[in-house]
Amino acid sequence: MTEGVIFDVKRYAIHDGPGIRTTVFFKGCPLNCQWCHNPESINPEPEQSLDYRDPFRLNPFSKDNSNLIGEEVSVEAVMEEILKDMIYYEESEGGVTFSGGEPLAQIDFLESLLERCQEEEIHTALDTSGLAPEESIDRIIDLVDLFLFDLKLVNEDSHKKYTGTGNKTILENFQLLRERNPEIELRFPLIPGITDTKENVQGIKKLIRKRSGLSRISILPFHDVEKKYSNLGRDFDLAGVEPPKEKDIRDISDEFEKMGIKVEVGG
Amino acid sequence: MNDKVASCSDLKEEFRGRQAKIAPVNSRIAKLRDQTVRKEPEITPERAVLVTEFYRDNDLTDVSSPVTRALALKHIMENKELSLQPGELIIGDRGPEPKLVPTFPEICTHSPEDLEVLDTREKNPYRVDSETKDIYDKEIIPFWKGKTMRERVFETTSDEWQAAYNAGVFTEFMEQRSPGHTVLGDKIYRKGFLDIIDDIEESKTNLSPDDPNYQAKTEELKGMKIAAEALISYSERYADKLEQEVLTEKDEKRKRELKRMAEICRRVPARPPRTFWEALQYYWLVHVGVITETNPWDAFNPGRLDQHLYPFYKKGLKDGSLTEQRAKELLQAFWIKFHNQPAPPKVGVTSQESNTYSDFAKINVGGVTKDGEDAVNDLTYLILDVVESMRLIQPNFMVQVSKKNPDRYLKRALEVVESGFGQPAIFNAESIIKQLLRQGKSIEDARRGGCSGCVETGAFGRESYILTGYFNMPKVLELTLHNGIDPAKGGRIGISTKDFSSFSSFDEFFEAYEKQLNHFLDIKIEANKKIQKLYAEHLPSPFLSLLIDDCIDNATDYNAGGARYDTSYIQGVGLGTMADALTSIKFNVFDRDNFSLPELVDALDDDFQDREEMLSRINDYTPKYGNDLDYADDLMERTFEAFFEGVDGRPNGRGGTHRVNMLPTTVHIYFGEKCGALPDGRRAGRPLSEGISPVQGADNRGPTAVFKSVGKLDHAKTGGTLLNQKLTPDLLSGDKEKTKLAQLIRAFFRMGSHHVQFNVIGADLLRKAQENPEEYQNLIVRVAGYSDYFVNLTEGLQDELIARTEQRSF
Repeated sequence: MTEGVIFDVKRYAIHDGPGIRTTVFFKGCPLNCQWCHNPESINPEPEQSLDYRDPFRLNPFSKDNSNLIGEEVSVEAVMEEILKDMIYYEESEGGVTFSGGEPLAQIDFLESLLERCQEEEIHTALDTSGLAPEESIDRIIDLVDLFLFDLKLVNEDSHKKYTGTGNKTILENFQLLRERNPEIELRFPLIPGITDTKENVQGIKKLIRKRSGLSRISILPFHDVEKKYSNLGRDFDLAGVEPPKEKDIRDISDEFEKMGIKVEVGG
Repeated sequence: MNDKVASCSDLKEEFRGRQAKIAPVNSRIAKLRDQTVRKEPEITPERAVLVTEFYRDNDLTDVSSPVTRALALKHIMENKELSLQPGELIIGDRGPEPKLVPTFPEICTHSPEDLEVLDTREKNPYRVDSETKDIYDKEIIPFWKGKTMRERVFETTSDEWQAAYNAGVFTEFMEQRSPGHTVLGDKIYRKGFLDIIDDIEESKTNLSPDDPNYQAKTEELKGMKIAAEALISYSERYADKLEQEVLTEKDEKRKRELKRMAEICRRVPARPPRTFWEALQYYWLVHVGVITETNPWDAFNPGRLDQHLYPFYKKGLKDGSLTEQRAKELLQAFWIKFHNQPAPPKVGVTSQESNTYSDFAKINVGGVTKDGEDAVNDLTYLILDVVESMRLIQPNFMVQVSKKNPDRYLKRALEVVESGFGQPAIFNAESIIKQLLRQGKSIEDARRGGCSGCVETGAFGRESYILTGYFNMPKVLELTLHNGIDPAKGGRIGISTKDFSSFSSFDEFFEAYEKQLNHFLDIKIEANKKIQKLYAEHLPSPFLSLLIDDCIDNATDYNAGGARYDTSYIQGVGLGTMADALTSIKFNVFDRDNFSLPELVDALDDDFQDREEMLSRINDYTPKYGNDLDYADDLMERTFEAFFEGVDGRPNGRGGTHRVNMLPTTVHIYFGEKCGALPDGRRAGRPLSEGISPVQGADNRGPTAVFKSVGKLDHAKTGGTLLNQKLTPDLLSGDKEKTKLAQLIRAFFRMGSHHVQFNVIGADLLRKAQENPEEYQNLIVRVAGYSDYFVNLTEGLQDELIARTEQRSF
């Protein structure tokens, strides 16, 4: 039986795609973005946190309630949790969102979950960094109803500097997806001094000039998550950075809107 | 990127900002609103003096009860002062002035100590001047000593009842106020009181002298007629007064208004209303009549206001006699009338006693018509505007949401919820109908029904549905664990079932609980029959009986089973606490052997002193109701079924039936004080869970999980259930969020659930308000089926509200 490591399941997720959704958070990510709002998602293994109280409770009767973030679980255990909110998906045309971490990093597990969702006729969204082998994308492209694709930095060097890896594969996968034409929603983290530069915004605009298949852009403004890092015993590189100003957010959304793309702030 | 942290804005600014959103009202309404909000309630001796005078100065030995009561009402209506405020459009008050609160000494008489406490207590005071205190000392108290309903009620009940009552197993509604809890249907919009008097005459001619109750029925009809005439003369007196005012009024515009008001008072209630204004004034006169005759629970209320008034609204707009603006102003004036009548205070009060000025009159909109069609109309939206603009704790307000109602309507209601004063509460029209049908009402009567008080379902205009008392289920659990002995006092008040050390299975334990439960329900139900009979015999309500079908046709009083449907309710309290306590026993004692029942009872008796490990097992490792976990939710259902089986269908002694509903108002605080520590880890004296909500803070899997858990209850078997949810403002902040919340509610209702109400105020803000009450005088919150000023709540209730789980978005 396929198993995977996930660190949370959130019900009534209302910012991760259409309708009322359940978001499943995969643990493990090939990127290491300095601003990552879910630092617990990066390490693929279960890990200790200072204040963690198992919010997942896939197995509410487990005697072991350590402060461990992340749990190895079966496809069926996750499905059981997903299916609980079926009535809400139906009412709202919602569904399930696989997020992380990078779901594509656990491709077998992800594929099984997507297949099960298709069987149950549940709408699926995949929140991805785009960093995965082409073959992985091939395997799931027809099982995903909506891609939430993160585009962060267009410049390869900056990308390497702030996320720990280059963006060549990501951009290739982005183009690949566009050619195959599934529904895509772009997610753009707005990090002051890093992604909000004029060059980067222009670069992103250039990338998406052909807007077919792009349903919208979600701008995700930075906020301080230092506490999350300190609970994991890590330093937050962007500690003290102020969230972007309302006006800056508005200016950038206006730029995208002028291209005829629907913009949402806050995802 | 899913961790959306709300920006830490200045809470006070946020609060002010939301207040600033209030839609503007015109200067007349602003003035009247300001007056009613500012004026502190005061006790007026007017009614007490008039009713005492009447009983003292008349020889009533050969006069029947209904005629006595009707003559008493007539005496009051013909002699009470007529208040008229500058700019007022709708006249009539319970006291001689707005916010002067009369008392009802024939039901219960306030003692000098009561009056002193009311006058001086910090929260919800009622001012009592020395003259009033003097009148009470000299005239009221001496005359009523030994004659009040309250004394009769306590005399009629058994020792067993008294012991259970004193231990906090249940409360008794009828010792403080009279039966009521009912709502007006569509009758007055079709019939004037003269038509109603014709109906009385007709009923009289239909009476057969062979009827064993011929005499009683004749007297009842006689009383009804006098009561009807009493209201007509009250209105005539107002017409005279208004005509006098016209003569002295200088302002031409106001002169015309007063003239019109005089004409309206000549027209209604004697004859049916023709216009929007007449309809509103007619209802209000009737309202004053009902709440002057006695002091019925939940006052009185017009029910489906958008349905009743819509024909007048449409006609007025069409013939040009009414504008949308004018209709709105009249409705706002109408709203202020409710706010002008604070609930009469209880007797035997202490300064700690939880209380509220709200008298629970609950206006309904939306739902379906009697033919089952979408009932939402233009007036529904206008009324929502009025509610939003008035921001008053009274009247209480709710929306019925049917599958047939448009999403726009639900979203508009959520906008009003967002403005943050707990109104409207949201009800499932299909669930209301299902409950009424299960109880045997006709489909039309069910569709014309709704909810009153907090969440109580009724067939408006056609049902006497009387709440008889709250029932403390966790107290029964505590007594089961102590084999019938009350650990608080040490005495036996329950039956002996089995010693706790000898239960070999959970089912065996649950069986003992059921035995104990039924023992106390029997005591309660037996007493209910006697108490209701007392009201039928000594304190009938001939005036209220005019309004509720088929009291006139049956020539039988509302309090004696005259209504088409007659229901007595017992309110189950502490469902969430019960679910978690039973889960804890089943899981830890019987399934997991984490500790034994004797060990648990021992810990309870010590209030969990030095039982850190046991507490941690219970709090952190035991399933809890409200998280969509069948293990705990099943025990919630089982608790409910046991309560339901013990009550539902049992006769109430006057042709009607006992039913259950699940609401606490504020009694979960009092009941909690009466309970020691409980197996769910709750410490002695702490509040119980409220309504059917999960234990405060025990639900941590988000709103969909709570709604799923709560949806497992068989709401159709109740006469109303109450669910509180606290939302952070960001769950409602934008159009998208509102749409999703609306969908969440629709799904919740698809599960057959009855009701949900929201507080959109964060715990941080509530904590600040608790610390600095002077800065948050206007902060209104949803308590339990009603809204109230946060600063007026007792500290225990404030803490309980803060502790409720806050649902946030992800």
